[in-house]
Amino acid sequence: MKLILSEEQQFLKNTAQNFAKEKTPVKHFRELRDNKEALCWDSNIWKEMVELGWSGILIPEDFGGSDFGIGGISVIMQELGKTLTPSPLLATSVLGASTISMLGNKDHKSEYLPKIVSGKITTALAIDEGSHHNPFNVETSAKLEGDKWVLNGKKVFVVDGASADIILIVARTSGKNGDSNGLSVFITNKNSKGLDISKISTADSRNYANIDISNLKLDQSSLLGEKDTSGEIIEKILDLGRIAISAEMLGNTEEAFEVTVNYLKERKQFGVTIGSFQALQHRAAKMFCEIELTRSAVLAAMHAADENSNELERLASLAKFQSGETLHLVSNEAIQMHGGIGVTDEHDIGFYLKRARVAEQLFGTCEYHQERYANISGF
Amino acid sequence: MENLELFKKEVREWLEENCPPSIRTPLVPEEEVWGGRNAEYINPESKLWLDRMGEKGWTAPQLPKEYGGGGLNRDETKVLHQELFRIKARPALNSFGIWMLAPCIIEFGNEEQKREHLPKIIKGEIRWCQGYSEPGSGSDLASLSTKAEDKGENFLVNGQKVWTSYADKADWIFALVRTGPKEPKHNGISFLLIDMATKGVSTKPIALISGKSPFCETFFDNVEVPKKNLVGAENSGWTIAKKLLQHERNFISNFGLTGGETSSGADVVNIAKKYLGEDNGKIAHPAHRDSITEHKMKEHAFGLTLQRAGDEGGKASATSSMFKYYGTEHNKNRYELMIASMGNKGLGWTNEGFSDDEQAITKAWLRTKANSIEGGTSEVQLNVISRRVLDLPN
Repeated sequence: MKLILSEEQQFLKNTAQNFAKEKTPVKHFRELRDNKEALCWDSNIWKEMVELGWSGILIPEDFGGSDFGIGGISVIMQELGKTLTPSPLLATSVLGASTISMLGNKDHKSEYLPKIVSGKITTALAIDEGSHHNPFNVETSAKLEGDKWVLNGKKVFVVDGASADIILIVARTSGKNGDSNGLSVFITNKNSKGLDISKISTADSRNYANIDISNLKLDQSSLLGEKDTSGEIIEKILDLGRIAISAEMLGNTEEAFEVTVNYLKERKQFGVTIGSFQALQHRAAKMFCEIELTRSAVLAAMHAADENSNELERLASLAKFQSGETLHLVSNEAIQMHGGIGVTDEHDIGFYLKRARVAEQLFGTCEYHQERYANISGF
Repeated sequence: MENLELFKKEVREWLEENCPPSIRTPLVPEEEVWGGRNAEYINPESKLWLDRMGEKGWTAPQLPKEYGGGGLNRDETKVLHQELFRIKARPALNSFGIWMLAPCIIEFGNEEQKREHLPKIIKGEIRWCQGYSEPGSGSDLASLSTKAEDKGENFLVNGQKVWTSYADKADWIFALVRTGPKEPKHNGISFLLIDMATKGVSTKPIALISGKSPFCETFFDNVEVPKKNLVGAENSGWTIAKKLLQHERNFISNFGLTGGETSSGADVVNIAKKYLGEDNGKIAHPAHRDSITEHKMKEHAFGLTLQRAGDEGGKASATSSMFKYYGTEHNKNRYELMIASMGNKGLGWTNEGFSDDEQAITKAWLRTKANSIEGGTSEVQLNVISRRVLDLPN
């Protein structure tokens, strides 16, 4: 496994870089926020992404996708992360696409995957139930009554939950809270009776919802995969999500850092540019080192996923941990080094801090992944 | 690729025939080979191994054949290392000459110097040490004041060097000396090769907080050095000095992964399990376990970064500063975690009350404190990153 990008990935990265620069600079995100845009992303921009083929990167060619792998979509997420571009890529093209591809039967795949590729539908994966990510803490139940599954429970912090056409629900069909066994995944329409979706308002001004599930009745065909046994595949899907969000966080970090270093070269106090102060230089140099480590960890995790390596879990946790720690550091230092202007709404740098803390929570914090890494490694 | 397969076969056969049995057993410190005129070989097979490897030029596989090197390309070198690793062969030769000096002689030396010095370095006949730091010139290396005065045929050298590792065992020293006292400090330095047997050279060992050390002070009292031993032009030594430091830093940065010469062979997780106990196979103390896990994750990411630098092709000067900074700080942290895990068993000084392994860790812990000082302090590395990579102003 060579730790460099393939030609294909480099090409996608360049395309995404130009796209973000021309179509979605940070100003684009600011306008969405100021206009209180209900979707929290721009449907015209999404259409253009779909036309570029980004919605189908994880989808097999048989269903209209390009099958370029997690590496392909991660480099795009990284570039979009630089300008804080919101889009359904994570919830739909990573989580939705891989859930249906990995768990669905032929009918599910033929029905949904081409629609994801063409941008006809967006999806959301409803998994978390508490204030902290833990994929096995699932109390939402699914019970077979007659020929229908009946679901009851509550999901929180569902990414793109407030806009998705299709909701994928992780529910417990056996076992008790905390068990990795006994989990099953169901697919349903957002308008189904028994789903109560309420948008929540978060610091990063993106799209999340809480979903109350009350006597949601589903046909047996809405079960994706086998009943009770989806825990392992859910972990794999989440690992892909973790790698993609780590790449986005790396992009957030790289841009926040660059903007900050540039500011150090411009801002004058005491008659000199503040970048000449060693107190700031050494902190900047330490951030540089952490960013380099993050680049390597994300790259290694991307490759591991695409090569089906048995190191995937460890490397996905390493990537989420390292990108989380680095973004945490850089988003804090970026504000401090900007001084007064850094805490104004007028300056963009504060957006990176707000996005940072939410992204750090998604699919497990640094602490969560530290524990997971230790367990896998036998520490 | 086919040639590479053929080469692999050749290497394998040659090693089978020429690598003595005892060389394939784990290395004991007393049997480490550094070569030189005064080397003593406790194990005669170590000498045999050095001679055979030196003859092939495989102690310096990538140096040109005409100067005694192996003349191998990058891929062939990799194959050689893999094959040596496969049979767990001990290093034939540890050598500052190979690690630091030889690449600089290749780049800056004249033909005569290449022919005179490189073969002896590669065969381990001459052992070198490094004369850089001085009592008044540590981080501000370019302020060095050991002077070399022009006396016609010779330079007359007077002054003192410090932190000259193994100066008491070395045959020659490569030293930075001031030849242009009136020039701005970086422009008055020359790179000089000095035979330690010359009249007026003397050394004195330095004891460290960790006990005995290879470090010495080296004194020059009216030492006459022939002018042909000047590498590069007079007063242009600083360029060579910086290049050599890069080779040194690349070498030291690997300590982040291996512990380098401070390695006691101990793994922090095993140590923690031994001294703190296990709870269902986990390190029994959660706070220790968290710190150690974080350390291991950083190590993993650091290792991937070294790998990526290689895959991207070559390390630039600024990244060598990053690796030196991060690797040495990481190694220091490793030993802090280790002695913390050992509790009062990590604080032994002699064998009264402590095992050999325990004392070795304590000594290694103390020795790591120099990692972030030698070869340019951590603060100097951060300066280099600020200025050269981030382009922040002076």
